[in-house]
Formats: sequence, structure tokens, C-alpha cells
Amino acid sequence: MKMRSNNVCSRWVARVSRVAQVARVVGTAAALMSLSISITSTNAQVAVKAKTLHTMDGAAIADGVVIVTDGKIVAIGPWATTKIPEGYRVLEAVVATPGLVDARATVGLSGLYNQRQDQDQLDRSGPIQPELRAIDAYNPMDALVAYLRSFGVTAVNAGQAPGELVSGQTALIKTVGDSVDASVVIPMTAVVATLGPNSTRAGGSPGTRAKQMAMLRQELLNVRGEMEKRSREEAEAAKKAKDASEAAPAEAKPADSQVAPASSTPTDAATVPPIASTPAASVPVATKAIEPATATPPDRDLRKEALGAVLRKQVPLIVTANRAQDISSALRLAKEFDITLILDGGAESYMLADQIKAAGVDVILHPSMQRASGESENLSFETASLLRKAGVRFAIQSGFEAYVPKTRVVLLEAAIAAANGLSFDEALASITIDAARILKADARIGSLAIGKDGDIALYDGDPFEYTTHCVGVVVDGVVVSEVVR
Amino acid sequence: MRCEKGAKIVYCGGMRSNDVLRVVVMVAVVAAVTLVCFGQGVTATPKADEAKPTRPNAGQTMVFVGGRVIPIAGPELADGVLIVRDGKIVAVGKTGEIAVPDGAVVVDVAGKTIMAGLVDTHSHVGGVASADRSSPMQPECRIMDSINPKDSGFRRVLAGGITTMNIMPGSGHLLSGQTLYAKPRRPGGKAPERVDDLFIVDKQGEPMWGVKMANGTNSLGDPPFSGTRAKSAAIVRERFIKAREYKAKLDDAKLPDGTMDPAKAPTRDLALETLVEILEGKRIVHHHTHRADDILTVLRLREEFGFRVVLHHTSEAWKIPDAIAKAGVSCSIILVDSPGGKLEAAELNWKTGGILERAGVRVSMHTDDWITDSRLFLRSAALAVRAGMTREGALKALTLVAAEQLDLADRVGSLEAGKDADFIILSGDPLSVYTHVLETWIEGVRVFDRSNADDRLFAVGGPGAGKDQAIYLCCAQDGFWFGGKQWGSGGTSGGGSAQGSNSSSGGGQ
Repeated sequence: MKMRSNNVCSRWVARVSRVAQVARVVGTAAALMSLSISITSTNAQVAVKAKTLHTMDGAAIADGVVIVTDGKIVAIGPWATTKIPEGYRVLEAVVATPGLVDARATVGLSGLYNQRQDQDQLDRSGPIQPELRAIDAYNPMDALVAYLRSFGVTAVNAGQAPGELVSGQTALIKTVGDSVDASVVIPMTAVVATLGPNSTRAGGSPGTRAKQMAMLRQELLNVRGEMEKRSREEAEAAKKAKDASEAAPAEAKPADSQVAPASSTPTDAATVPPIASTPAASVPVATKAIEPATATPPDRDLRKEALGAVLRKQVPLIVTANRAQDISSALRLAKEFDITLILDGGAESYMLADQIKAAGVDVILHPSMQRASGESENLSFETASLLRKAGVRFAIQSGFEAYVPKTRVVLLEAAIAAANGLSFDEALASITIDAARILKADARIGSLAIGKDGDIALYDGDPFEYTTHCVGVVVDGVVVSEVVR
Repeated sequence: MRCEKGAKIVYCGGMRSNDVLRVVVMVAVVAAVTLVCFGQGVTATPKADEAKPTRPNAGQTMVFVGGRVIPIAGPELADGVLIVRDGKIVAVGKTGEIAVPDGAVVVDVAGKTIMAGLVDTHSHVGGVASADRSSPMQPECRIMDSINPKDSGFRRVLAGGITTMNIMPGSGHLLSGQTLYAKPRRPGGKAPERVDDLFIVDKQGEPMWGVKMANGTNSLGDPPFSGTRAKSAAIVRERFIKAREYKAKLDDAKLPDGTMDPAKAPTRDLALETLVEILEGKRIVHHHTHRADDILTVLRLREEFGFRVVLHHTSEAWKIPDAIAKAGVSCSIILVDSPGGKLEAAELNWKTGGILERAGVRVSMHTDDWITDSRLFLRSAALAVRAGMTREGALKALTLVAAEQLDLADRVGSLEAGKDADFIILSGDPLSVYTHVLETWIEGVRVFDRSNADDRLFAVGGPGAGKDQAIYLCCAQDGFWFGGKQWGSGGTSGGGSAQGSNSSSGGGQ
């Protein structure tokens, strides 16, 4: 791993062995683990053997092994034909899957204790704040991050919660590390919006659905107007420069500017930690070079930059909409502005599954066990299977919880879907490869395939069964959890 | 034969189930179908779900054969028989070892599992709102006066296989009132008109109930509520001391024939009367308590006043199992998907059930609905097993131990002759995620049938299942912080919003 120094690696290994010691003390817990421990170096290379290896990249492999070198998967296949290199630490499990991907979470922002000082998932000072970045709020040290990890969740698309018309951004983050800079995969995966009464303001604005849409449309029109104006100005400036240079070829080159014009990426290199080391292929935000600026670079506006990224389809707009009418509104909005829409929540999405399919829109579905009330009163355990039947691509999320339980666990939520009409593979896809595809991160995560990140979850049986345990978790080739959960 | 869908009728003649003549079967099936269809008031072409036997006629016996039986009171029977008559269990046993009476309606449940109906010691279903904000202890408030028996939550309760429940007020008070021990019956296959239809009555015909108390953080507040834990305990002690004095006056006024001497009897005081019933051991205190020190405070007060208590939630009981075992007090635990959400639940752990069990503590479980959904109550037992509790202990926790904690173990909680015919039919093992509750029976009457479209709606969800009822989270009445603001009073819209639902106070605490 380029992103992780040896020091960091050794810290992790030390931590893992401490965990292992604790686990051994808890005798019954240790007995449940089927991990053979043979650390040979601080840069432990890992192989995971499983009786059933769900790669999510083709059929499951019986008696399979996946080999991870320097954080990446280098080989995968049956034990019989796949040689484990000398000195690798070998983990064994009944079942192994890709590390689970939680497509929409507030973990790390809405902390365990639920006190004023650890609740950073929603700023209520204004209805439209797309500039609020997830990476500035996410706390990788919150105990719930480690809790999710212990079930096999290795990546979360965490960020601002629903509750304002545009509440901010989300980021895709691995559930490891001491700083978000070290663990972020994609610093800006989406801008998030909320339709319906959950984002209205009593006695204020927006106070109604119609007002919400009017505000959202006006905001997008304003930004689009500025973008168009900016392109015209740039074109004119370029023409002038060309004319001038033709008139006087010896003129100085145009003035440099470090300031991103409105047309550049909102998650430019200056604001995104370089440590993210995200392969360009999986970055949804175009990282094109900053164009030579005009004589008068515009003032930067974080809010407009974020919405500009949505309008340029550099990032999707995740719209939380639970009522069918709000889902319709979201589809209408996406069509009007030609933006990439991802529906979030979707309690009544089964009612409009065909329209969602026709619009080519993905759904990040509410947790299966979300309480049926208010905007979500008509939710169903069977929504996932109804979306599947309609051919809609979806992921199942942990979502936001205001009280108890403070976070949900996508493994447990997908299990309920698997018991209510989804096949095992479909349910697992909703928290692995399909979640990764929806987040445009499938070049790195979501399945076990050569070249992808070595993120693997180990179980002692059917991962969805209530009484099965997660017995180990590997992230970027490092064993990060051996808690028997 | 549309009438036969589901738990089909194989025989209703007068012979043993394993000794069936084909001819008789044909006749018998027709007879049974006719009986059942017409018994349901269906005329020409009955719908499948209306045709299955929902109850035997008075004096008639119903026999369930061919399935696995989990009686709770004894070992599981791979091939068992359950015999029911007049709302009571007549017999439970192995196939072939138990006589099937003549004239019985025989139901084949091959491939399915029959288990005792679940007992939930702590539920908030029914749109309940008991004590108000006027004082921290309101023992005079009866939850029965606030229950909406038509609340759709009762349909979810039945879909989850719960046949007995303790409907409780919230934890926003040191004492928030009287609870109600209830059965989610459906008289005539419909939601009850009156809350009385839910009652479980004692020998005097009076509804049975306990008392809800709470300590820790939920019951704290501005005066007259307590601001600290020490103040909480002081308020409770003062009130119980007053109750003792009141009890002394009552005892003094009591005449040899049991009536009161009007000259001596104090003016009736509804609040103190309730506390006296606690002091007399007539009422069990159901005590919300999470943190280890809070649990120990409950034990301290119990020792001082001698009341009977069940410890509810007990997030940190795993830290002090021996103290709880030594006190001989039982626990009703909750298993939620993650710890936290409030300080006192920050160390909640699924392993609590197993640790308490190994320490010798009687352990039950509860939904705290909506905290966990009544439809997923079986899941609680499975998660406890996942974290180290025995299967037997976990299934008892959902049934017999819970019944003990409601003083109902002689009537419900296991499949034993003489007990109420409260049972569930499952599609598979009770601890598997893939298992569904197929049918729920209360007192010999089927009150939930997954193959019935209307029942299924509440089991699965969908348009109309929610009926727009406000979520009531028992412990959230004092709000929670997010976005730098304190939100909510009792209600939250769950995962749908980060701003809670400040308009739906549900429990009204």
C-alpha cells in the first residue's frame, strides 16, 4: 500500500495481536475462531481460505483461496490450484466474502454517545449547504466505526444525514485508520438532498414540497446560468487571446491562477488529501487540469462548486425520498437538469419500480428493519425483492438513526431482505458489488478479483444467519478485526 | 380445494391420525371444510384464508400433528402432537405416544415447528401515553386508560408470534404508572372495540398489571423531576416511606372481617394505593435500568422496601452478574443492533444474556417496541445465542421466564396441559433468519395467518401497514441532540430523517 507507511502497518499488526490476546482470554470466543495465526513480518501478506468463497465476480468458489499482496488481490481460485506463497499469514473461514460496502451511512458523524458534541451529521443553519464535506466531519475513531468493521463492513459511504433540502456531501471511507485522510477512498461521492416533510421547516422555508422543489430548481438554474455565462466569457477571452496573439505573437502567456474557476472540479487537488491515492479510474470527479484562467478569475464559491459538480455529472445527487410522490419529484428533477440521480430511502420505491428502472436510476434502499412510520409508514421487508424483479439496481444502507440503535449494520439488514424474497447472492450483492458500482468504486472494492483492494470478510457460516459470527476482517491486506461477532 | 391451503385439514373423523381410512378421509375433509367455511360465515366460494380452521367449536378438540414441537417446558419433539380444546392445551407429546380424541379436527403441520406463544415483558404498542410532566412519580396513572386497541401495532405483534405482552408507559419518570398484562386478541377476527378485550384477568376477574419505574438518565429533568441520580433515589425513597405510613393507616383501619373501619380509614389516594400494592408484593415493579451502578441502586431500594422487581434492559448487567444473581432478581434484556444512542446504553452488549445465564440469573427478553420491532422478537433470542447464550435458555427467555416475570407462568409461556392454548406455527427453526411466523394462536383461536393477505400486510409491510402511527421510543422522551439542537419528544422518524419528528410525540412523555 502506497498510502500506508510501514509504521502504520506495524501499528496495525500490534493492535491485531493485542486483540488476539484478549480474544484468547475470552476462551469461548477464541474457540469459535478458526484462524491460524502465523505472522512472519510486519508487512504481513495475507491469504484467506474459505470453504465457500463468494467472490461476487462470477460464481462462488468451493474450497477457495484469495491471496493479497501489498494490499491488493493477486490471485484467487481453488486451494488445489492456487499456491499460497511462502511466509503468508493464512486465515481460514467457512465463508468469505468481499468486505461489505455500506452505501449510505452517517457512522463517524453521528457518534455512539448521541450527545451534542458527537453529532455532526446535520447542520441546521440553512436548507441548502452542498459545501459541507463528509471528510471534515467524519471521526474514524468513533467506536461505532470499529463496531461495523467487526461485522465485515470495510467501506462506508458516510456523510451528511437527510434532514435538510441539501444537507452536504458523502465520502467513501474504509473503516480503518486513525485519520480520515488515511482511509478515504473517494472524498466526494455525492451531494445529498432530502425531499418531503423531513426537510421542511416549521414556520420557515422550505415549508412545503412545492417550495422545496422550487428552491432546489432555482438553485440549480442559478448555478447552471453562471456556468454557461462563465463558458461564454472563457470562449470570448480565448478568442480575444487568440486574436491578440495572432496580432502580436510575442505577447506573454496568459496569467496563471491557482484559483479554480467555477468550471473546475469541486474536489480539486488542493482540498483533497493526496494521501487518498485514489486511482483515477474510480474517481467520479474529473480531475482535468485547471484551464488557463482568464484575466479576471471568478471568486470561488464552495456551494456553487459542489452543485456545479452535480450539474456536470461529476458526482450524483443522492435524493432521500420515501413517499412515491417525492420519488416522482426526484425523477422529474433529474430529467430537467440531466443530472445523475440516486434515490435514497425509497420506502415506497416498490410502487414506482418500473419508472425508476426506465429512468436508469439506482436506489440506496433504507435499512430493512427501519421503523415503519411517518414518511416511511408504507415500507416493506420485500421492497428489495420487488426492485430486483423490476431490474432496478440497488444497495441496502445502514442509514441514520437518531436514537437506539445508534447505527444499523448492513449485514443484518441485507439478511432480512434475504429472508424476504431476495436470493442469497442478490442480498450479498446489495452490500458488496452493487453498492460499489452505485458509488463508482467497483474498480477497487465490492468484489474479490485480481487487482482489487484486499478487503475480505470471514464468517463461520451463512453470513446472513442470525447465529453466524464474523470471525475476521481484512482491509487492504491487513487483518483489522478478529473479534468474534 | 381452496379451503385446504396452508395448514391443511387432513382429517376430522373419529380415529387416530395415523390410522386413517381413505374413504373416511374424503368424507371427513368435505365435512371439515364445510364446517369451517360455514363456521366462518362464508357462503358460496370461500377465500382460501377464510376457510382454514381458525378455532374449534365449543367442546371440540383440535389436534396439530406431524410437526416439530418446542414445548419449552420439556425437550423438543421432532414429531410431536399438540391437542387443544376450549382455549386450553389438553396434551402435548410425541406422535404415537399420545391419544387423539374422537371427533377432533386434525391439522397437519408437517415440516413446520410449533412453539409456545412468545411473551414480551416490555412493549409500548397501542399509542400509549401515561404519566404527564407534572411530577416524577405518578403511580395513579393506568396505561389501560391510554391504549388504542385498534392500533396497527397489535397486528405486528401478532405477526411476530407474541401472544402475551406487558404494555408499559415510558421511562421518562421515576415511576410512570401502571402497566397492563395483555393478550393481543382479535374478537371475531377483528381489532377489539374495547381495551378490556386485551385484559388478562386474575381470579377476582380484575385485569393484571405491574408498575413501571426507571432510573438512570431518562427520568432526569428540571424540577420537579430529579436532576441527579442521588435525587432520583431520594424521591423514590420518600414516596415509598409515605406509602408505608399510608399502609399502616390502612392496616389499622382494617376490621377483622376484612372491611375498613370508616372512622379510621384514610381518604383514598390512588397513587399511594398503588405503592401499597407494591409493598404488599401484589404488584411487580418493572424497572428500566441500564448502567451497572443504576442496577445496584435498584437492588438497594428493593432491599429497603422489599418490593418485587424485574430489571429491564440492563445494558451493563454483564459487568455485575454475581450481584444480580445473589439478590435473586431476574432480568429482562434487550438486544439492539448497536450500542449507544445514549450514554447509559453505550456498553450494551449481546453477550449479556449468556453471562447472566451462566451466573444463574433468570433472563427474559423484550422488544421495547418500537425500539425493536415486535415482528422480529425471535431474532432477539437468536442474537443472544450468537453471543453465547444457550438455545434452551434463549427460547425460555422469550416465553416461560417472561411469563414468570408477569406472574403468569401457570397460564402461559409453555406448551403444557392446562395452560392457555397460545402457540405459534413457524416455517422453520425459531432461531433462523429465514424462518417466518406462519400462524399465531391465542387461547385456541388463530389470530394471525401469514397466508391471509391482510395479515401478511402487517407481517411484511406495504401500503397501509403503518397507518401513519407515530413511533413511540420509550426512552427518548427527553429528546436527543443532533445538529446542535435538542430534538423530539418521544418520537423520531427513525432512519428517514436526522431531525427527528418533532411533531409526533407518540408516547406524549
